Amino acid sequence: MTISRRTLLGTTSGLALTGALAACGSNTGRGGGGGGGGPELEHWYHQYGEQGVEQAVKKYADAYDKADVSIQWRPGDYMQQLSAALLTKDGPDVFETEGPELDQIRGKRVADLTDLIKDVKDDYNPAVLATKTYEGKVYGIPQVVDMQLLYYRKSLLDDAGVEPPRTLDALVDAAKKLTTKKTKGLFLGNDGGAAVLGATPLQAAGLSFVSDDGTVGFDDPAAAKALGKLRALYADKSLLLGAPSDWSDPAAFTQGLTAMQWSGLWALPAVKKALGDDFGVLPFPKDGAAGKPTVPVGAFAAAVNAKGKHVAAGKAYLKWLWVEKEDYQEDFALSYGFHIPARISLAKKAKKLQEGAAAEAVKLATENGFSNPLIWTTAANNAYNDALSRIIKDGKDPDAELRKVVRKAQSELARVQGKPS
Amino acid sequence: MLLRKLLGPQNRNLWFWVFVGPFAIGLALFTYVPLAWSLYLSFFDAHNTVTPEDFVGLANYRTMLTDSAFQDSLLTFVVFTAVIVPATFALSLALALMVNRLRWMQAFFRSVFFLPVACSYVVAALVWKLSIFNGVRFGLANTVLGWFGSDQIAWLSTTDPPWYWLVIVTVRLWLQAGFYMILFLAGLQRIPKTLYEAAAVDGAREGWQVFRHITFPQLRATSVAVVLLLVINSFQAFDEFYNLLSSAKGYPPYARPPLVHLYILALGKEQNLGLGSAGAVILALIIGVATVAQARFFGLGRRED
Repeated sequence: MTISRRTLLGTTSGLALTGALAACGSNTGRGGGGGGGGPELEHWYHQYGEQGVEQAVKKYADAYDKADVSIQWRPGDYMQQLSAALLTKDGPDVFETEGPELDQIRGKRVADLTDLIKDVKDDYNPAVLATKTYEGKVYGIPQVVDMQLLYYRKSLLDDAGVEPPRTLDALVDAAKKLTTKKTKGLFLGNDGGAAVLGATPLQAAGLSFVSDDGTVGFDDPAAAKALGKLRALYADKSLLLGAPSDWSDPAAFTQGLTAMQWSGLWALPAVKKALGDDFGVLPFPKDGAAGKPTVPVGAFAAAVNAKGKHVAAGKAYLKWLWVEKEDYQEDFALSYGFHIPARISLAKKAKKLQEGAAAEAVKLATENGFSNPLIWTTAANNAYNDALSRIIKDGKDPDAELRKVVRKAQSELARVQGKPS
Repeated sequence: MLLRKLLGPQNRNLWFWVFVGPFAIGLALFTYVPLAWSLYLSFFDAHNTVTPEDFVGLANYRTMLTDSAFQDSLLTFVVFTAVIVPATFALSLALALMVNRLRWMQAFFRSVFFLPVACSYVVAALVWKLSIFNGVRFGLANTVLGWFGSDQIAWLSTTDPPWYWLVIVTVRLWLQAGFYMILFLAGLQRIPKTLYEAAAVDGAREGWQVFRHITFPQLRATSVAVVLLLVINSFQAFDEFYNLLSSAKGYPPYARPPLVHLYILALGKEQNLGLGSAGAVILALIIGVATVAQARFFGLGRRED
């Protein structure tokens, strides 16, 4: 028996389209009293995990009287929603971003904000401001500084007779010694650290993604050596993998699943609440003779949509909020979550940042902080992350893997710096 | 006069467009325009823009075809299809045969096995990732291993042996087997009783012999439909892969089917729409060729006589 199209369709007619169109969010946060006259500005924020931030930014927006600012609070993959929205006519007028991304700057989708901050330029954390600057012009005003660092449980280290590790070799040894039947030594994220660490181990070995002259900064045997040690952590079974929450959440650390965890400064209040004084913080330990301890820092920045309808009004609003209203900036950084204000003068004044682990963290951010350069593209970063994952999990040869990344990074750097590849 | 002519007898032309128009506009707007636009983009260097100016000819296609990550993603798809299609086929056919033989509570068991179909891929993937196959000692799978004294396994992070396949395949199996079971049940009920009676008269033994010579051949139309649908569905694999394996900072380099790879390339932070479009066109061609080949193989559309 052969089958006609009709028989086939007959048998499958039970198939109904189940494409339930997800209703798009309609809560634009517009209206709701307050807000003076002037143009209507739409301001996007990503969803902060901490209580009260949404109310706070709405309060700031309502207090501005030269425009009617409405806040959009966006859950989900914010950076992706933002890139997509900026390609359309209906993008936000002003928004916060981890970037702005290089492509957005080169595509003239974000406005030049150099003039807004020219009087207070030196007051910003330089490592952070550098990543918002392209060819001498500033495209985003840093809001707050975040950083990643290593948390360790003092009591567990004491029990195992382990000193807080100051070199990468010591970290590998410590993680191995701290691993027991119930507790793993170290948590670098559920993928073994490939995604979150990024350039951190390179920086710890005295290298970087991009050197000062704009070429690949890790074409060096020391890079392969440092990354090989991450493989050792995985092969020793010292790493916690597949925990219910990822590295950004301190739950695995506070629940005793791991003795050490790589996480963010934002986790510090939760860790302190759960463990009291039984913890300490460290930078990523140095590796090799040329190495130095290091911590990644980054910042969300406020930016203006250059293709939006109210560029001038948006700039004026951002200048008011992120340059002039210092009390709001301090409130935003420290009243809800735990971030370092991007303005150095504010960070120095903040009482919460003057003692214990917090003070240590601020010191690390200022002295050992690094940030990925703007010309380090996502394509190069993806190639690096993939290679790192293969080195860590599959035990691939670090030298060979890195050579492939170097080639990719060279062509990407040539592309964005406008040189023929 | 002209208007009369345009409207046709009994305004038929008007009513044709009233009924077909909205659908045709929707189809054009949401399917054909993006399709054509994607083809157009694939010839440009389109980073972060949908109105590119930098024409690059076939360079995107060349990059894509020589990209080892894209080749890996095609391989991932082949492996996934080679496992999930036979597994779902066998499981749903077995379920259908068993449920079909029940004399009582048939409706109950039919519903029970069909129920997972109503669950969303995202929710199921999260349940699999966070509670059944998480990597710590209190996860369900690791608790079971613990009874036998084995070490805990980080299911989704272990590439050697590739345990992540177990998680990916079981979640889809659980989600879709019930649906295909219903198709098989419908097929089973279309088989005339007289055939079985004739077989019994001819002395065919109950069980394997009857299944081999009566049931399975009679299910051919259903089987072909099921295989075609399974292959198409596995081409579209995205939800469970993405939700099982991605993290806030990225996606590991393994277990990346083509759609996930293109998503990372074109719609993630990278926003390389030109390259992504070229990949989508290549993928569409592959799917087209595979579908035609399959239809030929099964003799689909040949005249019935």
